[in-house]
Amino acid sequence: MADPIIAKRFEALLLPHMNSAFNVARWLTRNDQDAQDVVQEAYLRAFRYFGGFRGEDARAWLLSIVRNTFYTWHQQNRDHAADTTEFEEEMHSLEEIGAAGQDDSPEAALIRSQSQKRVHKALRSLRLEFREVVVLRELEDLSYKEIAAIVGIPMGTVMSRLGRGRQQLAALLAPTDQEA
Amino acid sequence: MDHEQAFELLPGYIDEELSLSEALEFERHLAGCELCTQAYEQQRQVSARLREADMRVDAPPELVRRIRAALPVRRSLWQRLGERFGGLTVFGGAFGGAGSGNGGAKALGWAPLGAMVVSLVALTWSAGLYLTTPSGDTRLTEELVDSHVRSLQFDHLYDVISTDRHTVKPWFDGKIDFAPPVVDLAQQGYPLVGGRLDYLNGRSVAVMVYRYKLHPINLYVWPGNDAGATPHIYERQGYHLAHWSAAGMNYWAVTDAGDAELDGFITGLRAHSAS
Repeated sequence: MADPIIAKRFEALLLPHMNSAFNVARWLTRNDQDAQDVVQEAYLRAFRYFGGFRGEDARAWLLSIVRNTFYTWHQQNRDHAADTTEFEEEMHSLEEIGAAGQDDSPEAALIRSQSQKRVHKALRSLRLEFREVVVLRELEDLSYKEIAAIVGIPMGTVMSRLGRGRQQLAALLAPTDQEA
Repeated sequence: MDHEQAFELLPGYIDEELSLSEALEFERHLAGCELCTQAYEQQRQVSARLREADMRVDAPPELVRRIRAALPVRRSLWQRLGERFGGLTVFGGAFGGAGSGNGGAKALGWAPLGAMVVSLVALTWSAGLYLTTPSGDTRLTEELVDSHVRSLQFDHLYDVISTDRHTVKPWFDGKIDFAPPVVDLAQQGYPLVGGRLDYLNGRSVAVMVYRYKLHPINLYVWPGNDAGATPHIYERQGYHLAHWSAAGMNYWAVTDAGDAELDGFITGLRAHSAS
């Protein structure tokens, strides 16, 4: 049914960006299983709208679809939002980070893992509108222009949201840092 | 540059997104502003910590497999999606997705009315147009109904929102290799609300979205001459579809409105195209 040439082109252009798609979905949904569902749906949508893709930046194009898919999902699931399960990967990945310490003593690794855990939690608690631009900028390393296109806001708004997001993160991270 | 302006540009300075002159002006201000210096340090550190923390997690292999396996076989996935969102023939979903602020109660109120219209029409209006489903078209009509329903469920009725055909028509330029006719039928009671690209029958197609009262009408258009000039009306899962060809274009209209309304739409459309 689907044109095999189109399917091939789609695979070549968009499958390489699945890690980015998953990462963004994961930080938007804050749940691994939901992130997987969002990404899978996003790929289906992307395939459907692939005719409208004119060879611009494939990753930005895909991420805008991931974001839209997420918001559809978010609206439908708002009622259940309260009882979503925790970030399953959180503890797991933190252990990994701790284990992968360069040449440190166990104490140093522990401190670093605690610090990372705080960063993790802080970003997780950030309001969605700030979280998404921070994730696109700091984790996906996208330009303001790309973020503006993905989120559908002017570049000036990208800048101000990033500023406010970082400022909030700084506030969240500041007091506990001094204890550590 | 005053403090407020500088403070606004601060994130752009960190991200090296300012123009050279902006960056220089910002630096001049930064040198003499304690508040900005402090905020700059904080934001820069936050940025560095986020990047250091390496918080990206790769897509699990099972997801990669799932998507890979799923892609070429689209129908089974669409069905799966249909299941996920709870059935394919949800009136509430259609209205909730299409209109802003139409509550579920309102949507429910329409369902029996729609059913009444359908049965009334079936009884009294079977003269010229009849309901047939040639087997060759069955798959396509299914695909069209799926596409129609999805366009409402995903809240993705249109890529370009405009009631102005002079906005909708140029929007398709460069996105598809043909120029779909876009007409304004607001006077006939079928206002144009937007357009989008869709993927159907193995190709990209143009979709013009019209509305009859609360009922969206998706008009799919692509080049070809698969049908006669006389529209064939189909009914499937409570939706009405019409298929015809004119001036080298294939037309499919899909809606949850009654077939009398659909017929009025087609008549208006064809009269418009002819003139």
